[in-house]
Amino acid sequence: MSVEAKTMEERQAALKGLGSSRKRVEDARFTQGKGNYVDDIKMPDMLFGDFVRSQHAHARVLSIDTSAALALPGVVAVLTAKDLEPLGLHWMPTLAGDKQMVLADGKVLFQGQEVAFVIAEDRYIAADATDLVVVKYEELPVLVDPFKAELDDAPILREDIADATEGAHGPRRHPNHIFTWEQGEKESTEAILSSAPVVAEEMVYYHRTHPCPLETCGAVASMDKVNGKLTLWGTFQAPHVVRTVASLLSGIAEHNIRVVSPDIGGGFGNKVGVYPGYVCAIVASIVTGQPVKWVEDRMENLTSTAFARDYWMQGKIAATAEGKILGLWCHTTADHGAFDACADPTKYPAGFMNICTGSYDIPTAYLAVDGIYTNKAPGGVAYRCSFRVTEAAYFIERMIEVLAIRLNMDAAELRSINFIGKDQFPYHSALGWEYDSGDYHTAWNKALEAVDYKGLRAEQSAQVAKFKAGETRSLMGIGLCHFTEIVGAGPVKNCDILGMGMFDSCEIRIHPTGSAIARLGTISQGQGHATTFAQILATEIGIPADDITIEEGDTDTAPYGLGTYGSRSTPVAGAATAMAGRKIRAKAQMIAAYLLEVHDNDVEWEVDRFIVKGAPERFKTMKEIAFASYTQAIPGVEPGLEAVSYYDPPNMTYPFGAYICVMDIDVDTGVAGIRSFYALDDCGTRINPMIIEGQVHGGLTEALAIALGQEIAYDELGNVKTGSLMDFFIPTSWETPNYQTDFTETPSPHHPIGAKGVGESPNVGGVPAFSNAINDAFKPFGLTHTQMPHDHWRIWKTANELGLHD
Amino acid sequence: MIPGRFEYHQPDSLAAAVGLLSELGEDARVIAGGHSLIPMMKLRLAMPEHLVDLKAIDTLKHINVADGVVRIGAMTTQAELIGSAELQLAAPIVKETSLQIADPQIRYQGTIGGNVANGDPGNDMPALMQALDASFTLHGPGGARDVKARDFYEAAYFTARDDLEILTEVSFPTCTGGYAYEKQKRKIGDYATAAAAVLLTKAADGSCSHAAIALTNLADTPVFCDAASTHLMQSGVSADSIAHAVQSCISDIEPVEDNRGPAEFKKHAAAIILKRSLETAWSRA
Repeated sequence: MSVEAKTMEERQAALKGLGSSRKRVEDARFTQGKGNYVDDIKMPDMLFGDFVRSQHAHARVLSIDTSAALALPGVVAVLTAKDLEPLGLHWMPTLAGDKQMVLADGKVLFQGQEVAFVIAEDRYIAADATDLVVVKYEELPVLVDPFKAELDDAPILREDIADATEGAHGPRRHPNHIFTWEQGEKESTEAILSSAPVVAEEMVYYHRTHPCPLETCGAVASMDKVNGKLTLWGTFQAPHVVRTVASLLSGIAEHNIRVVSPDIGGGFGNKVGVYPGYVCAIVASIVTGQPVKWVEDRMENLTSTAFARDYWMQGKIAATAEGKILGLWCHTTADHGAFDACADPTKYPAGFMNICTGSYDIPTAYLAVDGIYTNKAPGGVAYRCSFRVTEAAYFIERMIEVLAIRLNMDAAELRSINFIGKDQFPYHSALGWEYDSGDYHTAWNKALEAVDYKGLRAEQSAQVAKFKAGETRSLMGIGLCHFTEIVGAGPVKNCDILGMGMFDSCEIRIHPTGSAIARLGTISQGQGHATTFAQILATEIGIPADDITIEEGDTDTAPYGLGTYGSRSTPVAGAATAMAGRKIRAKAQMIAAYLLEVHDNDVEWEVDRFIVKGAPERFKTMKEIAFASYTQAIPGVEPGLEAVSYYDPPNMTYPFGAYICVMDIDVDTGVAGIRSFYALDDCGTRINPMIIEGQVHGGLTEALAIALGQEIAYDELGNVKTGSLMDFFIPTSWETPNYQTDFTETPSPHHPIGAKGVGESPNVGGVPAFSNAINDAFKPFGLTHTQMPHDHWRIWKTANELGLHD
Repeated sequence: MIPGRFEYHQPDSLAAAVGLLSELGEDARVIAGGHSLIPMMKLRLAMPEHLVDLKAIDTLKHINVADGVVRIGAMTTQAELIGSAELQLAAPIVKETSLQIADPQIRYQGTIGGNVANGDPGNDMPALMQALDASFTLHGPGGARDVKARDFYEAAYFTARDDLEILTEVSFPTCTGGYAYEKQKRKIGDYATAAAAVLLTKAADGSCSHAAIALTNLADTPVFCDAASTHLMQSGVSADSIAHAVQSCISDIEPVEDNRGPAEFKKHAAAIILKRSLETAWSRA
């Protein structure tokens, strides 16, 4: 059957465009072990780097003796801060406007900090040599508790900026204080708090954790001294930004630097920042004239590259006696570690924490965030979320539960009466955002009905009665969550990283025979861009997704973009893809009209072709048009069929969802079993339902890990207690429940195809749902709030403190 | 997490392996499945100059049941223990325990000999072997000797095995009465927060003719609870005697605080796990 004989529906299906559960084109190579990761790169004469790291959390470096290491056969060089200083590279700027030591310059500020960089002929010799570098330290008092940072006897951590009263984000009141960021109306919020009929208060801690991608961070630097070009392969979520930063730091002209992100084994925010390993690999390659590889091991990844969360959120929420929320107040103490290396847009030192009014119509609100230095690893990245949105969502979803207890009201009902109504969009929040679209009541009611919420509550009451009668030692918890995300950063007018506007880009070339390649400024780390971006384009230009190659990650070929994190790929680069596709289609329309010998306005688009209006039997397919564009002289039209779009989003997008988790808790051992998890996501237009489902499963599993035990914990001396996967919780299939997924579809009004982004929603909404379930189980026994992570011991402790073991 | 340098040896007979150990002395370590030793080498907590791999020695891989005695070669993997129909009949608790060790991939590599010989208090097999009253056969330059599992463990990573000896076989009487191995852990692959191996045999008159209890990861060695076992045999199994036995066992343990929680929590969890293990074992007796 020829293409022309197919029905419109058949032609539509053949494109595998928007809405198609097209199989992931990446998986053939990943599932066969044929991916190409940084550590797979092998080059002739390649050297290997390894770090000497500090075992102390705070100490003065008295001396570094590298002689024994240099004497080891196979060791090529050992770099210390003294070697980097003449190049101005012993410190580097962070994405948050601070600076960070590349190698210890006079002191160390966290356990695991980079002290010296050994370069050797093989990986094993490099590791052997790190043991031979002798570092003399003078230990200093350690600061691990951010609430003690400004006490009189607190040690001063950052002597380099101890006297600076002004930081990148305004005034600093103490040497250990980084910034204070305020949003909303302080006075009016406090006035409401003092007059409101009901005020609930709680300190909500979102503990320090780590993105822990399957592949750790690494880079291979190769300086070609003949042509003066530096090539840098690395695990970069934002390769173009890395190129610009590398150029600014090294003085090498940007056109002489090529940055390549090959396959990346998960990022989750951990691979956004610039790490000392990258800088040292580059310097080492310049010094030696040979390629240098640095790949961190798992313990280095957990203890030195970017952590996430660590927000102490003091909250107050005011309401009427009927439960209508009147105001929200939040003061956050943000533990940033030794350097402020958060990866947030410049104007947002606490990210989008000001989305903490959540899904609710809260007329007045105030947020203040204090950033604090401690003797811990730097970071504060968005671990599978948009900047600090998980913290915000956890905060408001816990505060709603706390308020429900205070009001003695059902928490589902309390949410419902406070949701922003469908007719209130676009909605201007008290903390400054314009929510683009939403229909929260519909989603919420669908979720409550799907899980038989009333039935669950009845069952829970019966279980409590049995527990009190001594017939069971198990309690049931129902965890509710309705979250609103803010993703797709972002509009260039208020979003930049190191000054680079947060637009993104797509460049499309249609080949003469009707297939295509599209290159983007983003980079997939497992999200399936090669699959989904081809689907967007297939629908826009009528070329089957199977005939479109998607390429990202090579700065020599891809257009400039800000990379992939914060669920920004679909909202920003996806929009650029659609817009570039529309440019292709506009040119194709002129060519079609010429070929059909009618006026441009007399043809119209239909799936994969332009037809003459009113005469659909007269048409030119995109494939025919592409061929003509390269083979025919068309008056007034340039040959070829290509387009580029740089897309500056007019607003963020605001995905939302309704999650309900049911848990059974063994009061005596603290073991929590997940009975069921229902996840309804509304991410606007759905590009590939199968990939959405996979994203939701993955994000929920990371949320489960965080809520139930995944943490980076320090002892009072600043030693990392959870520096290996023995203690750092990564769930396997064994710990992972069956998820029931569902959706509603409320398109974004300002996005070209209405898509909002979904990869991070399940982490944002999952953590509150899991945590609320634990809290909810103990509610009948007087619990208001217990802190995460809810591991066996902490659950047991909660039960113990409530007298349930007596 | 990069190990130091070492020489790798793969002898094909027990005599050759024993000879290598004698020749290389304390710089050599025997490697079986490697799941305890290799992580320690990657952390450089162990830096042997020579690794003597036992995997090519065929005589160390067997499961034999004869005359009421089970004999298992040291290089038998946990996957093989799980898959053995003969062993399931002779001592079903071995499969129940093996299934709670790590995950399938690790159980294809991990061996019974490595699990019991290393002296890691987190390993599950040592307590099981004490409950089963197993003997370990050790081959050294002076020949072979047997040591009881209940006498083998001295402290964490310290055992009755001499550096020049290789643990070649574990043996124990068949055990077809009631049994249970209960383990609380944070996740797959984790050591126990608390675990209990229990064997209870019910006599025809309903009394308890045999009892053996041993606990995992609640002290620096496995803990065989002699008094509690004896009490159950003397007084029979009832709610009261189980409570008494649990109390007795808990006084025998000395858990230490770690990321799983403080000692107080571990003692409480151990009591619950042990009680459940006793009840399950008796229900199967």
